[in-house]
Amino acid sequence: MAAVDQTQVKEGVDQDTVDAVREVGDAYKYGWSTDIEMEYAPKGLTTDIIRLISEKNQEPEWMLEWRLEAYARWLTKTEPDWAMVDYPEIDFQDQYYYARPKSMEVKPKSLDEVDPKLLATYEKLGIPLREQMILAGVEGAEAAPAEGRKVAVDAVFDSVSVGTTFQAELAKAGVIFCSISEAIREHPELVRKYLGSVVPVSDNFYATLNSAVFSDGSFVYIPPGVRCPMELSTYFRINAENTGQFERTLIIADKGSYVSYLEGCTAPARDIAQLHAAVVEIIIEEDAEVKYSTVQNWYPGDEDGKGGIYNFVTKRADCRGDRAKIMWTQVETGSAVTWKYPSCILRGNQSQGEFYSIAITNNMQQADTGTKMIHLGANTKSRIVSKGISAGKAQNTYRGLVSMHKKAKNARNYTQCDSLLIGDKCGAHTVPYIEVKNNSARVEHEATTSKVDEDQLFYCRSRGMNEEEAVALVVNGFCKDVLQALPMEFAMEAQQLVAISLEGSVG
Amino acid sequence: MALANPKQSATEARLTALTLPSGGWSEPARQDALLRLQAMGLPQRRDEYWKFTRPDTLLDSQAPTAAVFVNDDGRMFEAYDQINIVFVDGVFDADASDELVLEGVHVERLADIADKDIHWAKDLYGTLESKGQTPVERPFAALNTAFASDGVVIHVTGKPSKPVCLTYIHNSEVSDAILHNVVRVDEGAELTLLENGPAAARFNNVTEIDIADGGTLHFIRAHGRDHERRAVTHMFARLGEKSTFKAFTLTVNGVLTRNECVIELAGNDAFAHVAGACVGDGDFHHDDTVFITHDALNCESRQVFKKVLRNGATGVFQGKILVKAGAQKTDGYQISQALLLDGDSQFLAKPELEIYADDVICSHGSTTGAIDEEALYYLRSRGVPKSAATDLLTLAFLIEAVEEIDDKVIADTIVSRLESWLARR
Repeated sequence: MAAVDQTQVKEGVDQDTVDAVREVGDAYKYGWSTDIEMEYAPKGLTTDIIRLISEKNQEPEWMLEWRLEAYARWLTKTEPDWAMVDYPEIDFQDQYYYARPKSMEVKPKSLDEVDPKLLATYEKLGIPLREQMILAGVEGAEAAPAEGRKVAVDAVFDSVSVGTTFQAELAKAGVIFCSISEAIREHPELVRKYLGSVVPVSDNFYATLNSAVFSDGSFVYIPPGVRCPMELSTYFRINAENTGQFERTLIIADKGSYVSYLEGCTAPARDIAQLHAAVVEIIIEEDAEVKYSTVQNWYPGDEDGKGGIYNFVTKRADCRGDRAKIMWTQVETGSAVTWKYPSCILRGNQSQGEFYSIAITNNMQQADTGTKMIHLGANTKSRIVSKGISAGKAQNTYRGLVSMHKKAKNARNYTQCDSLLIGDKCGAHTVPYIEVKNNSARVEHEATTSKVDEDQLFYCRSRGMNEEEAVALVVNGFCKDVLQALPMEFAMEAQQLVAISLEGSVG
Repeated sequence: MALANPKQSATEARLTALTLPSGGWSEPARQDALLRLQAMGLPQRRDEYWKFTRPDTLLDSQAPTAAVFVNDDGRMFEAYDQINIVFVDGVFDADASDELVLEGVHVERLADIADKDIHWAKDLYGTLESKGQTPVERPFAALNTAFASDGVVIHVTGKPSKPVCLTYIHNSEVSDAILHNVVRVDEGAELTLLENGPAAARFNNVTEIDIADGGTLHFIRAHGRDHERRAVTHMFARLGEKSTFKAFTLTVNGVLTRNECVIELAGNDAFAHVAGACVGDGDFHHDDTVFITHDALNCESRQVFKKVLRNGATGVFQGKILVKAGAQKTDGYQISQALLLDGDSQFLAKPELEIYADDVICSHGSTTGAIDEEALYYLRSRGVPKSAATDLLTLAFLIEAVEEIDDKVIADTIVSRLESWLARR
């Protein structure tokens, strides 16, 4: 019981509390903030604020109408309370819904014109906004071999997109990659056709709120038959205080196309919790494939649960065409509260959905996350692999739905969710919903909960590893299934994150 | 908190048809239960805990009509030496019942002891039910505690030589029976309790079970084959140190059955197994809702549920293992499986884990699918006709749950009954 004993010692009086605090503080490497002049919309949420956001983004009238309708719906909705998360009531009038750096008032025409402070911010985060052979990792990019890989980056800072790299090169392949605000202006026909078609305006409380106030995010369109020539990524950074980030991402993979999209996010350490309510919609047509990977590393709050991001996110992919394929991979280490269920609507026959997740909660973090696999088409397949790791006083819940509709003949699902508890003050929960409405469908669900394997730990330590390294290795083995699904550079990234996140509990 | 209106009015409507029994030792418990019920209200269609099962017909102030099924199988467990207690549509049948005398156990009827001011059952009646209302509300159980018309109270003091059997006969199309049983198993004592029959057009049954340290209770229920009956049953069990509780429920047909099982492992090294097999045909809805709380060291719990569904039948399984902080060395296991014999039937499941202790092993599995085509092909290639091969595979599927019963004679009785039902199709 070495791991547990260590935790108990740490939480007891014996250990130097100051050291522990410092250690946990050290663990979050992105807690610094950028000192930059900002302009804000007035605090609170009203139709005036929505008009202002729409105006700042120079949106057409139909977009404003769409937002206002969403706002009217939102007013009639109540916050969901079924998740196993507990947080103080959010005062939606006591925060800013729009914040942008003053220097972004006139959108820079090229990356060269972007405020150096902003460029430095992304440089520091490991996301240089330069068009060169770079590596996609959200951090530590310089440490990995950058051999001939290009990754296009859309960088979102608070409420605005700062810049998007490789746009011209992508355009040659017919790929549109830009901020959503730009897409609304430049490609209204695509946005109007697809926006809200996967996550309807009134889908849920937070999605409806997002529909009303979203300020920026990314837009991707991959034309028929095109394999996107490089990986696309968006990096979200919250910097301003008391400001919510409401990003909207829309990805359309037309017939026979392929894209791998990466998403990363961080925020400064602040005492007051901040809201992040995003919506991601993905449309996948016949024979197209989308890989969507996330390393979610929002500020988790301090060890007493002070501050941190409330991450209430709606992500959904619609496999509209036959043989469409979506793969969600997420590594969740940040956020004070996570409420997130990236889902797959398997509408096309033989379409496939996959969900690989590692959720690590530490200290006072709470995560309620999982997926929905809605099988509508025949011969659809889905696979869910979820690994939850809980340490400190954290609560980690897997919540998922597998639904086999009547017409989903010969559909298959396999679900495996495992939870690992480190220490005896934390919790791990599994809440799967399984609905099978046709007998040719086959559904299998397995779940286990266990503690870190003593024998494995002992073995590692007998080979000279210290406690912390040993636990990191055992946990990585436990998470291997998920990490292998990540694009290579993210896998390396994630393995570092696993070690970092466990530092607080075992070290 | 004030109840939403539909809930309140449904509850009030249901209560107008009922009269709260007064007097005797149970009066305070009944009054408390009524207050509990009024505070929580009867379930509505949108309640999360009733997501998969519509409570509507259980709420009506009059029980929906249910034709009496003429059963030519003979009574289940009939051949078994036992003390049999018979209720017809919820009313005790003295002529059909055995004398309630057996060494090692005191059996009394609730109605017989109702007027007494003091009775040992007072400590238990409504107590476990009340505790079982958190964290999830079970309003029909509170209704039962308040309004039960009869039932049995069983005090197990030794190891009786034969089982006690409760036989529930359904004989009226409009009967609405509410029976409440209380079982107390003393330290080191052991009993096998059998239950069989469809009971009534609508049946609400609660059994509260308190097993002291080292005690053992085997509880085997067989409900069926009555097509139109409706039933909502609850068993609440509290287990002391090194005690054992093994429950098995067989359900065959019935338009609506909701069986809730709420178990608290309160003493160290306790052992709880609950299993169920059900065969549903046509307009059949069967719901097993299980909530097991581990609140002590080194306990084991095991849930094994198998459902065979055909012709549009619906099976539901909501199972939960809650491991409280400090309940280290828990071993929790849960499996729910459904065999869908055609494209119209459905299985809805929510196998849940909630764990607050790190040194535990909890696993749950749930599978749904059709008959294994390869196994079927194999049997047919060996000359077994398709229907017989299907029955054989169906039986093999169900037997895994029946095998959870320790008593081989009882298990065999159930298997042979299943065999004849499957063959009769």
